[in-house]
Amino acid sequence: MITRTAAELAAALASGETTSVAATRAHLDRIAEVDGAVHAFLHVDAEGALAVAEASDARRAAGTTLSALDGVPIAVKDVLTTEGLPTTCGSKILEGWVPPYDATVVRRLREAGLPILGKTNMDEFAMGSSTEHSAYGPTRNPWDLDRIPGGSGGGSAAAVAAFEAPLAIGTDTGGSIRQPGAVTGTVGMKPTYGGVSRYGLVALANSLDQAGPVTRTVLDSAMLHEVIGGHDPLDSTSIDQSLPPLVEAARQGASGDLSGVRIGIISEMSGDGWQPGVLTRFRESVDLLVKAGAEVVEVSCPTFVHALATYYLILPAEASSNLAKFDAMRYGLRVWPEEGASAEEVMRATRDAGFGDEVKRRIILGTYALSSGYYDAYYGQAQKVRTLISRDFEAAFEQADVLVSPTAPTTAFKLGEKLDDPIAMYLNDLATIPANLAGVPGISVPSGLADEDGLPAGFQILAPALADDRCYRVGAALEAALLDQWGGPLVPPEENLS
Amino acid sequence: MTDTLVAFDDVLTSYDPAMGLEVHVELNTASKMFCGCPTEFGAEPNTQVCPTCLGLPGAMPVVNGKAVESAIRIGLALNCEIAEWCRFARKNYFYPDMPKNFQTSQYDEPICFDGFMDVEVEGETFRVEIERAHMEEDTGKSLHVGGATGRIHGADHSLVDYNRAGIPLIEIVTRPILGAGAKAPEVARAYVAQLRDLIVALGVSDARMDQGSIRADVNLSLSPKDSGVLGTRTETKNVNSLRSVERAVRFEMSRHAAVLGGGEKILQETRHWHEDTGVTTSGREKSDAEDYRYFPEPDLVPVAPTRAWVEELRGTLPENPTARRARLQTEWGFSDLEMRDTVGAGALNVIEQTIAAGTTPQAARKWWLGELARRANEQGVLVDALPVTPADVARVQALVDEGSLNDKLARQVFDGLFAGEGTPDEVVAARGLAIVSDEGALSTAVDNAIAANPDVAEKIRDGKVAAAGALIGAVMKEMRGQADAARVRELVLEKLS
Repeated sequence: MITRTAAELAAALASGETTSVAATRAHLDRIAEVDGAVHAFLHVDAEGALAVAEASDARRAAGTTLSALDGVPIAVKDVLTTEGLPTTCGSKILEGWVPPYDATVVRRLREAGLPILGKTNMDEFAMGSSTEHSAYGPTRNPWDLDRIPGGSGGGSAAAVAAFEAPLAIGTDTGGSIRQPGAVTGTVGMKPTYGGVSRYGLVALANSLDQAGPVTRTVLDSAMLHEVIGGHDPLDSTSIDQSLPPLVEAARQGASGDLSGVRIGIISEMSGDGWQPGVLTRFRESVDLLVKAGAEVVEVSCPTFVHALATYYLILPAEASSNLAKFDAMRYGLRVWPEEGASAEEVMRATRDAGFGDEVKRRIILGTYALSSGYYDAYYGQAQKVRTLISRDFEAAFEQADVLVSPTAPTTAFKLGEKLDDPIAMYLNDLATIPANLAGVPGISVPSGLADEDGLPAGFQILAPALADDRCYRVGAALEAALLDQWGGPLVPPEENLS
Repeated sequence: MTDTLVAFDDVLTSYDPAMGLEVHVELNTASKMFCGCPTEFGAEPNTQVCPTCLGLPGAMPVVNGKAVESAIRIGLALNCEIAEWCRFARKNYFYPDMPKNFQTSQYDEPICFDGFMDVEVEGETFRVEIERAHMEEDTGKSLHVGGATGRIHGADHSLVDYNRAGIPLIEIVTRPILGAGAKAPEVARAYVAQLRDLIVALGVSDARMDQGSIRADVNLSLSPKDSGVLGTRTETKNVNSLRSVERAVRFEMSRHAAVLGGGEKILQETRHWHEDTGVTTSGREKSDAEDYRYFPEPDLVPVAPTRAWVEELRGTLPENPTARRARLQTEWGFSDLEMRDTVGAGALNVIEQTIAAGTTPQAARKWWLGELARRANEQGVLVDALPVTPADVARVQALVDEGSLNDKLARQVFDGLFAGEGTPDEVVAARGLAIVSDEGALSTAVDNAIAANPDVAEKIRDGKVAAAGALIGAVMKEMRGQADAARVRELVLEKLS
């Protein structure tokens, strides 16, 4: 049961071969079995998920369904608010907080009949590339428990990779869906900015954040994307335009014909710092796309070398302001430094105790970048570079329908390896950050195991804003070709998990 | 600590005042600036809140289109340019009554800018230049419990009501007002008064200074006479009546002059205004270190009002209140004093409507500024909030004019109207208030009065006509007020001649 894809589960539910309760229970059992080792979940809601599953089965028995994924269980990153279920964002400062409202994405999952298995682990407030910055302990990579599952959404990716959930929701500010996908051998899709509502997504950097699907197949991502996407009047930045047909694009791609599709290889994304085994799998994947009929061109995006620096000004600036609300006044942690302390003293003590070091580092960076006298040199300048990066994308998309690169420069590194070196940690997101700065969609699809370490590598496909369907079409074509080659999906060694 | 002060007239021999006024207008939109919560004043604390205005994690703002419309109409009425494209910005600072610890406001891209208002003081016109009018959200309201003063100092705990958090505000900022000299306090007051009238005419706010729906911050500095160099300013916060605006300017001018005259420097700081004692005291020091780290609000898209919409809104602007007042004063033949009282009582509109319903201007004024103003005062409301309409007043006066009511009976009709007993005619019928015109009954009552007061009757017979009042009173009493006093007088004099 648990190794089935969401599309397969949906078909089995439709045919009556299984029930949502059985599928949900199987995944809850799997969580009980392996999550002690993986630690993908911060909170499991067995009771709630089973109740939704029962309702789904009753509905189906009565001849109706709410969506194509009605009854298929899902895990949700702990950065999206869930009414009645704790939401911590991986931080001590929100320990015990139960939101009184659902994020729009969560509401749409409920309205589509998906049982929510629980909330997944993440770097605190989505700051990190390894999930080691969670205040509740790291998540481990199912491929090698001594290694990181990527981040910030390591919990969602690991849960899907370890068959604890067929589907998960992630959020991607600089690669937090795609990089975990790459290093856990799963599929992660960051939609066009504004394509999926951010209402109820606890903001890291509002102008960069985007929620999206975390799955094991491209088709599953497309199906989930169609459930959560679309305009939301509660999010002013959400795009008031209907999505292109995504499932259709994935099915079209899976047929294996990419004739007429122009693939642009970003020349800046290789060379020093890129693991040879990752590059090998990348080049082989490009060859498979060519075999499927695609044309390949090399494109240059010279401003992308400034993307990381730009990102680390814009993100902390927005984050420093977003995180100001955590002040012990209305919800979450409250620390009294002493009897009779003033509100200001309580705020200070609470924030000191409640935020981890990485969060504090970025608050300080962002506060500095926005300070009077520095704004123009830092935040203002970063916004200008951001515009240049968007122009590079526009020029590149004149030559190619999609742009491709390895998703992350390396396979999963060891826990603790980069914890003391923030810059090394930040470099993981080199290839994923430009898409967030420009608001364009990007998907990471497994490209195989690197020769050096036998660990998964990811293949990233970027498309112009609103052309999310292209990610699915090309991604599905690559996936089909690779599955043919491998004779089945890549699966982490089961002996790791027991 | 008591501040040393310089007599007001002496200030002006050495210094020129410069003023800047920041007026916050709370809009009367049905919902808040960035969420759907209701805005009614006076609800139970923390009952008009939602994830957005409480700043809960994940919640997002959506701009209230009606608030944008009100902002544009205010800007147009103040002769401002309206931005073709502008953004909201976050003003970052920590304060317990601010749910997100930033205020969503506008910074370098206000929706309205470069306007002016001509202010009249004692026949002289001052042009007050408007730098900008921008949109923002209000904060929650802190209540400090346990201290003597209601201020945070000395309190043992504080309560916060977030009902006000997110109420739409328009902040209207003037450029420095120079050259007002000795009239500076009056100019400040007249500006706020005229602005309030404009806001009332636009219908965009309750415009109640006593409820905080219009709040003024008064910036003031002095420069050495004719130097043209602006001095260091202080900002006196939350001056919440017209009279206080004038007094605060006057006080700060005297205080600044004393500080400067003593060879000391003015601290750039915010000051608290004390309505009771008429003084300002030091608030927090506003140093250069205060840095709000403004940046464009990334959760909102730019506001880009089309020119067609702006022109459509221009077409909805009311007549300029100053011009309207001058026109009405001429039409009604009111004296300056009568007009000032009318405006001061907030009775301009109701009097206009009463006159439109057929009453003479003087009669309309008599009711609204007399009997009805007294009742409004008792209830602590303005006359237009009374349960009596201009049409009711016009009908009552018509009944007086045709002789069916006298003033005393008319007041009883108002009693009935206040008690919700229906229309004026229904009250007259139900309470039996119409004047008795039965000459026989009246004649009998006069005879009774004469018989009961032989001394008075004797005086009148002797030609002391002034004594008739006592007999008229006795007759009116017997008739329970339902007689025409003039006719009673005629009968008394007739019978005793």
